[in-house]
Amino acid sequence: MLGNRIAAMGGHAERMVEQAVAALINSDVDLAQKVIADDVVLDEGQRWIDDRAIVLIAKRQPMADDLREIVGTIRISADLERVGDLGKNIAKRVVAVVDARQPIRFFRGLEALSNLALTQLKQVLDVYASRGVDGIGFVRDRDEEIDAMYTSLFRELLTYMMEDPRNISSCTHLLFCAKNIERIGDHATNIAETVYYIVTGEQMPIERPKEDKSHKVVVEG
Amino acid sequence: MVDATRAKTGRRMAALARARLYSARWPLMAAAAAILAVGVLAGGRLWHSVLAMFFVVIVAVLAPRRAFRRDEETSAAISHAGDMAGMSALDLAAAVPDPLIIFDRNGSTVHANQAALSAFEPLPTGSLMQLKFRAPEIQQLFLDVREGKPAAVVDYAEKVPIERVYRVAAMPVGENTGLFAVLFKDQSESRRIDRMRADFIANASHELRTPLASISGFIETLRGPARNDEKARENFLQIMQTQTERMARLIDDLLSLSRLEMRPHVKSAGRVDLVQLVGSVADSLNPLAKESGLVFDKTFPDHAVEVSGNRDELIQVFENLLENACKYGQSGKRVEVAIEETMVGPRPEAAVTVRDFGPGIAEEHIPRVTERFYRVDVETSRSQKGTGLGLAIVKHILTRHDGRLTIKSEVGKGAAFTVYLPLR
Repeated sequence: MLGNRIAAMGGHAERMVEQAVAALINSDVDLAQKVIADDVVLDEGQRWIDDRAIVLIAKRQPMADDLREIVGTIRISADLERVGDLGKNIAKRVVAVVDARQPIRFFRGLEALSNLALTQLKQVLDVYASRGVDGIGFVRDRDEEIDAMYTSLFRELLTYMMEDPRNISSCTHLLFCAKNIERIGDHATNIAETVYYIVTGEQMPIERPKEDKSHKVVVEG
Repeated sequence: MVDATRAKTGRRMAALARARLYSARWPLMAAAAAILAVGVLAGGRLWHSVLAMFFVVIVAVLAPRRAFRRDEETSAAISHAGDMAGMSALDLAAAVPDPLIIFDRNGSTVHANQAALSAFEPLPTGSLMQLKFRAPEIQQLFLDVREGKPAAVVDYAEKVPIERVYRVAAMPVGENTGLFAVLFKDQSESRRIDRMRADFIANASHELRTPLASISGFIETLRGPARNDEKARENFLQIMQTQTERMARLIDDLLSLSRLEMRPHVKSAGRVDLVQLVGSVADSLNPLAKESGLVFDKTFPDHAVEVSGNRDELIQVFENLLENACKYGQSGKRVEVAIEETMVGPRPEAAVTVRDFGPGIAEEHIPRVTERFYRVDVETSRSQKGTGLGLAIVKHILTRHDGRLTIKSEVGKGAAFTVYLPLR
């Protein structure tokens, strides 16, 4: 019951991110508006899951597996809701970026980044569906890839802004879009950890991948 | 006659009674045990218990039950099916080339055929369909079909990790079996072709735009700040000429590509001697090779190697390949050109290998270098006057000639392009 709703939320979240990035790349303002409107579904989903989970705990007093399942569901739904918010935020920025067309290579970069993040989200939700946590290590590898890509995009955008101050406003928006996508990857990792906990009852071994290195990037002018 | 009918009726009745007793054997035994227990505990007489037992058995024999009728109907249906009788649903599912998944009322996967497993791994039996296929429209489809609404068809796109587009249909299996089937029809190929066409137009206009922008920039400068600067004018005009030449080359390539595409299946029946043809192409490119500091190292057989084909088109193939070798193989000092007769495939073929010793092509690029406008390194290609169409044209012409192109390369060790053409 809760699982079905999580799946529906996951589907919506994936779709929103996909459409937000598509709207950004194709400067499609209508699609962006649709994404912004769709966020309600996820908010509603999270509230519903919270309510149901609390009622379940209160009435049935679940133990062990069941309790883990319910608590995990609450956490996953919160993560998915955040993913939706990030997608919505990207969609909101479409309007600001539309006026000044930036070189196609940034959009290619964003697309590649979002493909990585979406793949991660999809695989994590697939693991939630199949409960096969053996191969969950891939999540971390992918997270490293996303971080590397984000750092390179960050550097590129920074350089581009230094070249011509007129680019700053739209590039800043693109920078935030990239950051949002990178955050989506982090939420996917969180979900993976929750799923691991639900299935095995143990925390995922701690060796969280290195974070992105963009905080160290300085471009000399 | 009457006796026979009566005997037959009697036999049928006996059979029916046996069957009814057999199917009710467990309740009957339980009833017997209960009656005996009650009889003993209540201290009643034995014959009371026996009488009670007798009534229960009589009722079991006489009361008709639905199960029998259903069994009879099923057996009739199976005997009508004839040849299909031995076939299981699993065999049928396995015979479907598209992904097919059977699920029950809860959405648990009951069976997934091989195509489904390879397309949607992981998909263990019992996992919930709603969890696996999360796109909103698919969720709606599952909901509709489980509520018994008429079967609908939706389009379902998976963007990552590989873009795939499916047309999905879901329907109940049989009547009231509680099972549902969902079938995925792969539409990715047609979508990809559409995408390629759109990409092509975008790329072609982008390629034309770059030189155009630089020309218009120089015109602006010539009319403005550099109006009276003799030296700059000469310099700018030189650059503008290079750019217009580049545009002309690009348009030539585009035209020859579209000509080839207009009639992709028309075969030309001329007779061409490859030794002579490749030799003359190499000779005509000698100046370019010298300029790049290269020599052609030719290994040709001493007899003619004849293939059927269009002379001009084949000249273009080898021109493009040798030009590429000159452009990208400069560091290797030599380019090997070899003609052989081979039997790699099912028929005798002529193999022309052009091998350079330049930087080579990384593995991930090899499958894509024959795509239009695909460049391993945009800057190098531009500086070498490449249009990004050379190998695409080669591939097209070879397809028309029933030939093929193989590319072998290792980074740092150069690249070998081999053209195979059927011998005449």
